[in-house]
Amino acid sequence: MATEVRIPTILRNLTDGAKAVEGEGATLGELITDLDKRYAGIGERLLEDGKLRRFINVYLNDEDVRFLEGLDTPVADGDTVTVLPAVAGGMR
Amino acid sequence: MLRIDRAIYDQIVAHARRDHPDEACGVVAGPEGSDRPERFIEMTNAERSPTFYRFDSKEQFKVWNEMWDRDEEPVVIYHSHTATEAYPSRTDVSYAKEPGAHYVLVSTRDPNIEEFRSFRIIDGEITEEPVEVIDGD
Repeated sequence: MATEVRIPTILRNLTDGAKAVEGEGATLGELITDLDKRYAGIGERLLEDGKLRRFINVYLNDEDVRFLEGLDTPVADGDTVTVLPAVAGGMR
Repeated sequence: MLRIDRAIYDQIVAHARRDHPDEACGVVAGPEGSDRPERFIEMTNAERSPTFYRFDSKEQFKVWNEMWDRDEEPVVIYHSHTATEAYPSRTDVSYAKEPGAHYVLVSTRDPNIEEFRSFRIIDGEITEEPVEVIDGD
């Protein structure tokens, strides 16, 4: 079972420059574990204390997984997972 | 150095003025690897705040997905400061995760003075760069 994962520029140094990679897993959490085996270090860039990092948005198809079931969100063959750095800031 | 068309420069400034006193934000997309900001995209500030901005995650997905389909990347990421200088704050730096982007800051603190500055922010390091505005025909 393979899921396409779109990788943002800032993480492409971990995927040999690839913009999209494939991983396997029944949930987003499992998929990230699998990706980390293939592309060492990617798990740490996405997770902190077992949760998604605040600065990272992860989408299953076109839905932000924070509005689904987070790391427990089921993923299936043919789904696309997109990782984007959140864009934010402020005067302070 | 950031080279940007006058028309896009003016759109960024106009957006910042229009949303004042809230912070305005958006991107200018361009072909991957070209370093040419060509397609102006105004974004919603999901915070609607005078001191903070955040792209709406759903809108960001839609815009980034369009760029993906068009082989584009965010060449410029801009936002405004409404009461302080056009210089990246600590919060701006902590969120800056597009090493290839020009981070443009516009200040609207003075209605009569245009402040438009551009920075590279890489691994927390801020480097200001010159801005060359290209006048059209």
